[in-house]
Amino acid sequence: MIQLFLRDVGLSVRSGGGFGLALIFFLIVVTLIPFALGPDQTALAVIAPGVLWLGALLACLLSLDRIFGLDFEDGTLDLLATSPLPPEAVYIAKAAAHWLTTGLPLALAAPVLGMLLNLDFETGKILCLSLLLGTPALSLIGAFGASLTLGVKRGGLLLSLLVLPLYVPSLIFGAQAVRLAGQGLAYDGALVLLSAISLGAAAILPFASGAALRINLR
Amino acid sequence: MNNRSIAPTFWDRFWRLANPKVFMGWSGRALPWVAAAAGLFLCSGLIWGYFFTPDDIRQGSTVKIIYLHVPAALMAINGYLLMFVGALVWLIRRQHVSVLAAKAAAPVGMVMTLIALATGAIWGQPMWGTYWVWDPRLTSFLILFLFYVGYIALWAAIEDEDTAADLTSVLAIVGAVFAMLSRYAVFFWNQGLHQGTTVTMADGAQQDNISNVFFQPLLLSMMGFGLLFLTLLLIGTRTEVRSRRLKVLQARERME
Repeated sequence: MIQLFLRDVGLSVRSGGGFGLALIFFLIVVTLIPFALGPDQTALAVIAPGVLWLGALLACLLSLDRIFGLDFEDGTLDLLATSPLPPEAVYIAKAAAHWLTTGLPLALAAPVLGMLLNLDFETGKILCLSLLLGTPALSLIGAFGASLTLGVKRGGLLLSLLVLPLYVPSLIFGAQAVRLAGQGLAYDGALVLLSAISLGAAAILPFASGAALRINLR
Repeated sequence: MNNRSIAPTFWDRFWRLANPKVFMGWSGRALPWVAAAAGLFLCSGLIWGYFFTPDDIRQGSTVKIIYLHVPAALMAINGYLLMFVGALVWLIRRQHVSVLAAKAAAPVGMVMTLIALATGAIWGQPMWGTYWVWDPRLTSFLILFLFYVGYIALWAAIEDEDTAADLTSVLAIVGAVFAMLSRYAVFFWNQGLHQGTTVTMADGAQQDNISNVFFQPLLLSMMGFGLLFLTLLLIGTRTEVRSRRLKVLQARERME
């Protein structure tokens, strides 16, 4: 399982793996926002938490179909299915690798990009924290969606359609925490609920996703 | 196996109803009656509601949208609940009829959600001065609609019937959990403009509950919508069973 995790991390870091693409996408989204909404600094600061969360979420979405897609095509997943490793563990390893190569860099880059949108550094720290706590849920839910749409040809659009509604609670609590922090209010409640979603997803989704993988590989 | 008595228990008989052949038998016999009852309840509820109730003091005649809005919203939620149960029964007991019922319930539930959203918007314009606000109740219905769309899209995307049944069932169950979660998250996110539930069966004495003048035709209309849902569900499920049979026949024909 650990080897699978390391292999997935390695594959995505090396060229052609798409590592960094999510980051660049995130940067581009943030760059486009002032073009669309005007360069007014105070207005940007107001919408910055939501925009950054939304950008991170979309960037996360981009690489989801790679989680299982390539392994499914070249037959690696079939080999994994015949190995003693249960599909639940395969799912956890792959979701963890996805988080490490997508969620974590996004969370770390977010405060820096926040500065572009006139988000002050203190709030930026909360943004980073909320993304650190929230992106595991995004990776877990996304990997679940990817395991569902495994056998679907050109399932990318379908995958977004299935996954985005599932992202709603995380987005609400995450952006809420940053917004509250920006207004100088207590934000810990939202952060706790955000972490609860991540932990709940980690507890429940392996079984759902394991079932989906078994169904797709039989 | 030795300890088990041979006489069928209640549950044996119950699950027997879900045998496709048995199901086609009883549902075919029940369908005209259910459809007739749906028509009767809907007509009487709506005609009573529209022509024989007074206008509300504050809302005027717009209050009559309630006879479409509330029942549709009720069936939209119950439709998802039914999908959840159907999916669970399929995954546990492999009853084909249950997953086909879940499949048939999805489009009906989606349309009910749309009706609730549309009538709500039409009602909201004169009452709140806007067609749409990001109110928790409205928002959670929009999210419910997205869940329906996702479920239907996944059914449509997978070719193998049993794989599709399994995967959509997993999605329906996870979706039900996240739909509940979204509902609470959305309430946390924004305070609402939409009123709370005023149609409570148990406690009619509550102060701002709906008046009996409106409640009685509404109850009829709700039962009518429930029966309408059941009618469409039976038709949909029977169609699915038939289309499965047709596919088997076609496959058999190709073999010969």
